[in-house]
Amino acid sequence: MNSALWVYLATSPLLWLAGTLVVWLAATAIAGLRPGNPLLNPIMLTIAVIAMVLCLAGIDYKTYFEGAQFIHFLLGPATVALGIPLYEKLSLVKSNLVPMLAALIAGSLTAVGATVFFAHLLGFSSSVVASLAPKSTTAAVAMAISSGLNGDPALTAAVVVLTGICGAIIVTPMMNAMRIKDYSARGFAVGLASHGIGTARAYSVDPVAGLFSGIAMGLNAVLTSLIVHLFL
Amino acid sequence: MIVGITVLLVFQLIGEVAAYFLGGFVPGPVIGMAMIAVVLTLTGGVKTLQPAHQQTLETSRSILANLGILFVPAGVGIIQHLDLIRDRGFALLAIVLLSTVITLTVTVWVFILVKRLTGCYADE
Repeated sequence: MNSALWVYLATSPLLWLAGTLVVWLAATAIAGLRPGNPLLNPIMLTIAVIAMVLCLAGIDYKTYFEGAQFIHFLLGPATVALGIPLYEKLSLVKSNLVPMLAALIAGSLTAVGATVFFAHLLGFSSSVVASLAPKSTTAAVAMAISSGLNGDPALTAAVVVLTGICGAIIVTPMMNAMRIKDYSARGFAVGLASHGIGTARAYSVDPVAGLFSGIAMGLNAVLTSLIVHLFL
Repeated sequence: MIVGITVLLVFQLIGEVAAYFLGGFVPGPVIGMAMIAVVLTLTGGVKTLQPAHQQTLETSRSILANLGILFVPAGVGIIQHLDLIRDRGFALLAIVLLSTVITLTVTVWVFILVKRLTGCYADE
């Protein structure tokens, strides 16, 4: 390849924006071949391919993010958009209000408590423990909590995505193994544990699961920022 | 589509302003999400707003159908932590996996048991 052209393109936002979209479309096409297989998670596939390309080509994250930031920015409006299914299915939400609140409190305490417990057990430094503690909440909130606790927000962002992918992959086999058929409960659990990535998975399985997942993600973002101090 | 994206961004903006005055412990987009649901419910019957409603619903559906790609830029940030992954990758993965399994289990069972206790299943 013409190396001057490569240098020109590799440092422009266009290449990494277009590249992210193309890899994503390919990954969703591959995942679509076997929709029942949660291991073919398109988010994980896309991240793996792009991370490998960047490492092989010696491109740093900052250069990549110049282009990818336009996609990243849409996380905000997408969170607002979760209000639309909430509006469309308000009566279903109202009839599940008490179980939702109970599961929210139990789940939020468990998510932070279990993470902090295992991280201490495995001997991580207090800065890493603080970076891991809010990992079940959506990326922007987790990063804000982490920096407030003297953690490392960049590490938090990566662990948040890892937690999301982990939950998205294991939720369907786990819930099927426990013979749970209530999609409001299944969705609520994955949204609480695995934020927006869990919600993306929930929408691809069942619209009611997606709705409750989005609500759980929103509520858990609020509650985690209030309770995280109890554990650190 | 322009109307839809404008509505979402304006609600995010209102949410960020509210978050600023609340001291920042509730994220702005989450306030925007609650507010857009309330406003849509209140204005659902207003005829002149119907086209705007419709466009907002359509834009939101297409964003939510492609939610996954929005996490890719943050996830690629993992390449900044390759040494931590090399040294403690398995321990990190163990923490994430164990805590996620426990959280999913506790959350789903509390939801179902409380739903049974309060008799919500009888209504459906």
